[in-house]
Amino acid sequence: MTFFIEVLAGGLLAGVMYSLVALGFVLIYKASGVFNFAQGAMVFLAALTFVSLLEMGWNFWLALLVTLVVMVGVGVLTERIVLRPLVNQPPITLFMATIGLTFVLEGLSQMVWGSQPHGLELGIADVPMEWLSEKWNINISKFDLFAAAVAGVLVASLAVFFQKTRIGRALRAVADDHQAALAVGISLQHIWAIVWAVAGFVALVAGMMWGVRNGVQYALTFTALKALPVLILGGFESVPGAIIGGLIIGASEKVAEVYLGPYVGGGIESWFAYVIALVFLLVRPQGLFGEKIIDRV
Amino acid sequence: MLYREAGQFKSTYAEDMQIFPIRQDRIGVILLLAVAFLVVPFVATQYWFSALLIPFLVLSLATLGLNILTGYAGQISLGTAAFMAVGAFMAYNAELRIPGMPLLGSFIIGGLCAAAVGVVFGLPSLRIKGFYLAVATLACQFFVLWAINRVGWFTNYSSSGVISAQKMVILGYTFDTPASKYVLTLSIVVVLALLAKNLMRSETGRAFMAVRDMDVAAEVIGIPMMKTKLLAFAISSFYCGVAGALYAYCYLGTVEPEAFVLDLSFRVLFMVIIGGVGSIMGSFVGAAFITLLPIFLNLATEVIANTFDIEISHAVVSNAELMIFGGLIIFFLIVEPNGLARLWQIAKEKLRLWPFPH
Amino acid sequence: MKRTTLALASVALLAAGYTGTASAQAKEQFVPANGYWVGPYAPGGSGIFGGFLDYLKMINARDGGVNGVKFTWEKCETEYNNARGVECYERSKKKGPTGATMIHPLSTGITYSLIEKGTADKIPIVSIGYGRTSAADGRVFPYVFPLITTYWSQATAMIKFIASKEGGTAKLKGKKIVLVYHDSAYGKEPHAVLQKMAEQYGYELTLLAVPHPGNEQQSQWLQIRQIKPNWVILWGWGVMNPTAIKAAAKIGFPRNKMIGVWWSGAEEDVIPAGSAAKGYMAAGFNISGANFPVIQDIKKNVYAKGEGEMEDQSRIGSIFYNRGVVFAIVTVEAVRKAQEKYGKGQSMTGEQVRWGLENLDISEAYLKKLGATGFMQPLKVSCLDHEGGGQVKFQQWDGTKWNVITDWITADKALVRPMIEEDAAKYAKEKGITPRDCSKES
Repeated sequence: MTFFIEVLAGGLLAGVMYSLVALGFVLIYKASGVFNFAQGAMVFLAALTFVSLLEMGWNFWLALLVTLVVMVGVGVLTERIVLRPLVNQPPITLFMATIGLTFVLEGLSQMVWGSQPHGLELGIADVPMEWLSEKWNINISKFDLFAAAVAGVLVASLAVFFQKTRIGRALRAVADDHQAALAVGISLQHIWAIVWAVAGFVALVAGMMWGVRNGVQYALTFTALKALPVLILGGFESVPGAIIGGLIIGASEKVAEVYLGPYVGGGIESWFAYVIALVFLLVRPQGLFGEKIIDRV
Repeated sequence: MLYREAGQFKSTYAEDMQIFPIRQDRIGVILLLAVAFLVVPFVATQYWFSALLIPFLVLSLATLGLNILTGYAGQISLGTAAFMAVGAFMAYNAELRIPGMPLLGSFIIGGLCAAAVGVVFGLPSLRIKGFYLAVATLACQFFVLWAINRVGWFTNYSSSGVISAQKMVILGYTFDTPASKYVLTLSIVVVLALLAKNLMRSETGRAFMAVRDMDVAAEVIGIPMMKTKLLAFAISSFYCGVAGALYAYCYLGTVEPEAFVLDLSFRVLFMVIIGGVGSIMGSFVGAAFITLLPIFLNLATEVIANTFDIEISHAVVSNAELMIFGGLIIFFLIVEPNGLARLWQIAKEKLRLWPFPH
Repeated sequence: MKRTTLALASVALLAAGYTGTASAQAKEQFVPANGYWVGPYAPGGSGIFGGFLDYLKMINARDGGVNGVKFTWEKCETEYNNARGVECYERSKKKGPTGATMIHPLSTGITYSLIEKGTADKIPIVSIGYGRTSAADGRVFPYVFPLITTYWSQATAMIKFIASKEGGTAKLKGKKIVLVYHDSAYGKEPHAVLQKMAEQYGYELTLLAVPHPGNEQQSQWLQIRQIKPNWVILWGWGVMNPTAIKAAAKIGFPRNKMIGVWWSGAEEDVIPAGSAAKGYMAAGFNISGANFPVIQDIKKNVYAKGEGEMEDQSRIGSIFYNRGVVFAIVTVEAVRKAQEKYGKGQSMTGEQVRWGLENLDISEAYLKKLGATGFMQPLKVSCLDHEGGGQVKFQQWDGTKWNVITDWITADKALVRPMIEEDAAKYAKEKGITPRDCSKES
């Protein structure tokens, strides 16, 4: 039983890590209807820039700030160079453009900072909490809890940003109806640039969390694949969906791998999350919190 | 002038309905095929066959398959590579386990198995659309590769999971030189491309397009949704399956499941989008573009570095190539979101009047 | 405008296709450098080919090549992708006065794709520490050389190492060993050998698959926590390695009971794991360190002139870099051997180099001459045995560098060889190949 709790808790916490990446997707999709495949590459770029600056001896906060500036720059440039000329194109074209962007960002990161992997430590060790493992024999990592806390703070601040600020309200207006938003004088371009910048910030946070776990290296771009089942489960447009979806996916894939995996040769994690999401979609095509109408082909 | 249809009268229904109703098109296609079949095999070098032409043809076929699904029937799939894998591994098993199986028969079996898998993973398309469907097809991508890796039967219990294609013999003739493999690939691709072209002007093809343009309306006028969508998945996967078999037999010779990773699916989707959604010719143009562009970039940087004698670190060059590749994709999407095939259409319009546009 | 770009592209491609066959001046030995400098495996690709090319540069600068024949090379980006690898092979095989000397595909997948092509084109495919294990049977695979050591040999050496730590093979009985492997062709390589040894020695083997790319291993390591194994063998790749080490720390599994394969044992695999990697061990057929005379010679003859491959000079002497130097030593010595038979000071063809590889005999004394004593193992190749050495050393990470903790440990060839022959015979039967008679080879 304790083992089951441990697997479940581990899965939920792993799910938080997926949610962190999925959040970036949701923000951009919500505001501009773009399925931004380059989110993974942005995670990589952010983490690599940050860690390289740290290794050059920069102060932690200064490095964080500069990385943030870089990510905002990338967001604004993307809006200007890629998205604006592609306004009104079918979503699949925009999707393809973001894959093109993925190549550019991957090439750029490795060209500037090299291809060597880096270690990243944030001062919180990724080791089990002793009292918990001694008393209950349950292993839960301190860092996992930290990551969950960070995700919580991130979502809360995003919620405040969306609900309470002027820009946030404009963002929601754009998400609801582009034309109506334009009609009341909201500049789509500005909003998109802001959203991409915020997504860049989310990418930086995700990159730091994943970077501690895996080291900062090219493979951070693969985190995007972990976020995809979360997205279809939670809905492309829903921030709470990304969180809940992440938790469900994380927990169920871990439980399946541990309890079902041994009977079929293991390694089922690679597709199990997708199958869960798929089965769920068959019952409820709009996802957990998705909008009813999804005719967006 | 060059491309004037005026004066070509159709006096029978059959004439009006032929695959290439315009004379210039017919001549063009025949010329192209003549060059491909009669000239290229004698002029091209081994490098051209093995590194450029065969992969181009094989991927064209896969692109064609995906284009049937995405371009004509409007369903996005990211499982192309998985369907190719099914085709490759099942063709291998058919050839291995059924004594006296003709090679083309194995290819067809590979294609049919891929079609069956396609139908199964096409089922969600009845309920979901767009990106939700695209991501759902990823389930297929990961599941198929996992299954091939896990079940020893697929790879004939090879310790490493790598299969090595058998000798290709058709009617006693062994296809072992690059040129002969090229001709075999070309023949299969041409036949299947003409079939696809034919299919798209049939009732089935029109049903596909009706579903793509508005599925509710299509259903209202009596097009069976389930049958049409699943048929689209089946036909598309069949093409991809055959492409996979060719990928294994004519191109690489040996394949491991990892040859059919997600990256390949994306590449094929790129070819569809860059080439032109819903265009048979676009599939070929797109495949050529995506297959040859990285190689061309690689050669071009080499030439530039040599002529100007610049010493750049190779890592920088390689990354720059990747960036240029991504940048060019964005560039082409911006200047011609409808794909390169659209450029050809524009060119045709111009040629109709050229050289006297007024 | 776009059409002209396309037209230009095709013209340039055409030109490139033909210039590829134009012959350069004689007295050169062309070695293709088909590797990868971008993507997830760039650290390995750039490190190995850095060392490889630096050594060739050093031979050119210090000795004027091999008997006056200088090495030339051209880099080609394979992106660790089969299709690109085949393209690079086709592009490079006819270059230079005598075509490609030999190909180091640096990817198991590409190696498999090139086995038949290389055999048909008479170009040796040399896969050192990767590739098809059963190609060690030279009778069936005349042009394929999985030199120095193979995955199967390594697996037996690992069990031997574990046995020595436990106090003899008899103590292995009842011990629990878990293999955490990358779920791919590569990760499945050792299964058969490890299972066979489990029957022989009575240890309990559990196989745990990690799906590609391996950046999430929570469930595997929770299972390990449940199993409580004595040893964990890590058969990882890229990001999977640091993640596994981190995950081990997370469940409190001691890192000094974890042994990595040689693709899990470079600086790039442990540095991202930070302090968690301390005590972690890995096998290696080459060791790290820049104090060997051969590396010093490279520094003196190449880097002093500013011609080195590595931008980051601290990577000189790293595991990957030194592995590249080993690749290059084998390459150069095979050419030298071939020249002894087919004419000193001549450019060798792939066919001639194949003979050189097959008769390669790098003794301990010769290694000393090369300045590589202890750097790599002595190597003796024959028609029957295309593997040669079959030894590994084990190294332990102390938080800043790898320390060698054993001498060369020899593989259990008595166990591996029959398996190689069986697999090779199966391949020969499938392909209709009649194995060569080695007694007739000169």
